[in-house]
Amino acid sequence: MTAPAAWHALFGGALIGAGAAALLLLNGRIAGVSGILGRVATADLGEHGWRIAFLAGLIAPALLLGTGTTELHPGYLWAAISGLLVGFGTRLGGGCTSGHGVCGIANLSGRSLVATLVFMATAILTVLVVRHGAAA
Amino acid sequence: MKALTAFLAGAIFGAGLLLSGMTNPANVLGFLDLFGAWRPQLALVMAAAIAVAAPAFLLIRRRQRDLRGEPVELPRRSGVDSRLLAGAAIFGVGWGLSGICPGPGVVLLASGKPLVIVFVAALLAGSWAASAAASASVESAAPGCAVD
Repeated sequence: MTAPAAWHALFGGALIGAGAAALLLLNGRIAGVSGILGRVATADLGEHGWRIAFLAGLIAPALLLGTGTTELHPGYLWAAISGLLVGFGTRLGGGCTSGHGVCGIANLSGRSLVATLVFMATAILTVLVVRHGAAA
Repeated sequence: MKALTAFLAGAIFGAGLLLSGMTNPANVLGFLDLFGAWRPQLALVMAAAIAVAAPAFLLIRRRQRDLRGEPVELPRRSGVDSRLLAGAAIFGVGWGLSGICPGPGVVLLASGKPLVIVFVAALLAGSWAASAAASASVESAAPGCAVD
């Protein structure tokens, strides 16, 4: 990791935390992106507006500035399977990297810490198998 | 007003994801690949984000109201159940396949790349399937939601 990459990670992370803090302080809501995205179509009307506004804000900087370097794994089937598992798992487990990993841990939630350790572990194992073929 | 503050919060969050490099799946997979050329950025991102967000959570927990004076109930469910464990495990496998979690997935929609659109559409389908399965299976089972 180069020094600029480390500073970008720290400042970027601080902004992520600031965005989560702003949503909590000003809207009284938790910035869990899987929950906001997964419920955007099914939400009761009172909860609809802020979810759509948050998602619009989330994508706005990338629309203005571009997404920079993005090295995506090729293959539509691969993307579809990954998305299905991410959507199913985050809904079942009640959170993702933002909801459990950032907000939950910042909220000193033991459940969120456990969830984060579990999804980190299975993600690491998945990458191990995919990249190094270390099948069982 | 609510929509404006939510938009601003999302924009700060989204700018952070971009700046941090976490919208590039190669950086995420590089962190998860402990046995390759390890990229530690994700740990710095999470540590900084948690450090900045934690005081806000502490304040709101004490006040039980947000800065507008509206009551806020922070999730305080204790105990780990099978849904939490299974859900987190399944999410991790999906995340490990692509290196994309929901936040960066939304940000990457801005690229207009069909691969990202397929990913997010599948994410929504998976989320819908899980909620349908949950409401079909047991009664209330309030979705163990850190995100609610």
